[in-house]
Amino acid sequence: MSLIYEARWVFLEGILTTIKITIAASLLAFAMAFLAGLGRLSPFAPLRWLALVYIEVFRGVALLVQLFWMFFVLPFFGIVLDPIVTAVLALGLCNGAYGAEIVRGAIKSVPHGQSEAACALNYSRQQALWKILIPQAIPMMLPPFGNLAIELLKATALVSLITVHDLSFQALTLQQTTMRTIEPFTVVLAGYFLIAIVITGLFRLAERQTNARLGRGAR
Amino acid sequence: MSPIIKLTNVCKSFGSLVVLDGLDMEVAQGEKVALIGPSGSGKSTVLRTIMTLETISGGEIEIDGEALWHMRRNGKLVAADEAHLRKMRSKVGMVFQQFNLFPHWSVLKNVVNPLRTVLGLSAQDARARAEELLALVGLKDKLNAYPGNLSGGQQQRVAIARALAMRPRIMLFDEVTSALDPELVGEVLNVLRLLAHEHDLTMIMVTHQMGFAREIADRVLFFEKGRIVEAGKPDKVFTNPDSDRTRAFLNAVLQG
Repeated sequence: MSLIYEARWVFLEGILTTIKITIAASLLAFAMAFLAGLGRLSPFAPLRWLALVYIEVFRGVALLVQLFWMFFVLPFFGIVLDPIVTAVLALGLCNGAYGAEIVRGAIKSVPHGQSEAACALNYSRQQALWKILIPQAIPMMLPPFGNLAIELLKATALVSLITVHDLSFQALTLQQTTMRTIEPFTVVLAGYFLIAIVITGLFRLAERQTNARLGRGAR
Repeated sequence: MSPIIKLTNVCKSFGSLVVLDGLDMEVAQGEKVALIGPSGSGKSTVLRTIMTLETISGGEIEIDGEALWHMRRNGKLVAADEAHLRKMRSKVGMVFQQFNLFPHWSVLKNVVNPLRTVLGLSAQDARARAEELLALVGLKDKLNAYPGNLSGGQQQRVAIARALAMRPRIMLFDEVTSALDPELVGEVLNVLRLLAHEHDLTMIMVTHQMGFAREIADRVLFFEKGRIVEAGKPDKVFTNPDSDRTRAFLNAVLQG
């Protein structure tokens, strides 16, 4: 255990890096999910195609390949990105593509009568979308978005392969320098698990908040 | 006087299923019309096409002397754009069988938000108008309740207040008591009775409440297979119909 104690700052740095990447990439993923999800529902065909191409490309390519491509291939085209920036971009874009389908599915699953009532009250399509459909779709998005955030957290382990000093990277380094295997990897295991629990808790909280705000708390 | 609603040879099909089969129908301003007939006869579809919830496959609908699905541009008749449809929709309101209140908003906000968003009323004006209409339907004490906490009858009365607040010239009622428990039907019918006294308001009701149709309608239209089989004053249609089909339908319904 003394090994862990001595290496505590190394682990802490790794955990902070992992958390930072998770938060930044999640924010990018949610933004992309909304953009592409709404794009898929747009009445304008070019927007729908653009969204579809984005979703299919980033869902269809392995995340590791996206990371490597952005980090090792883009420099050949004169684009050199910081490893952390690369990590956030790849994780955010890839998970945003999955999230887009969550957004689209949730909006489409709002009962059709709601759109009809909005039409009968003469809301424009945009007004109906933002005031009536999306507010009702968000509570449905939260559980799958929570899943997505945890998937994203776990996928951050891959960024150690493009030289980012995240939690997994620190564990690998410690294993190689100290020749100890059990301790570093057990700490890493616990570290990811704890962050995942925090994410789960945050999404539970958000669910409770939205449900209360949607007037379902009293039921 | 020219009719406020005029359907000419309106056709509507869902795939190979013909729902409206060359329908001609006119409604005068201020008239209260009840549409009756077996399910699948196209009654609800008539309302839904007037509200632009369904397109039509052929024919013409005019509201207030203006084509619903077409507009004039440079002297030519072209398909209506969104702006034209929105202008036409502002003349029509609709109440649905399933209420379709917005569950994420309080009763008050259900009525206030369309006034603010669609009509651009100020917060005070919208609230005043909403309270007035919610009082009319007897729900002044439920302003802050959420739809999920109301009975079906209360929800439907909110839906009626919400539609009326937009001040449409035509109100469409699509089987508005069919989803209600029997003991809650009366409170909704009472609101409709109240509206029937509004001289200028044109009302079209699809209903299975024959007694109610007879009581408040100026005219009853009996639908079958996407056409009007019989039309006339309620007393005539209900007691001495011309068509055997109407007679058979009424016998079946009134005995049940």
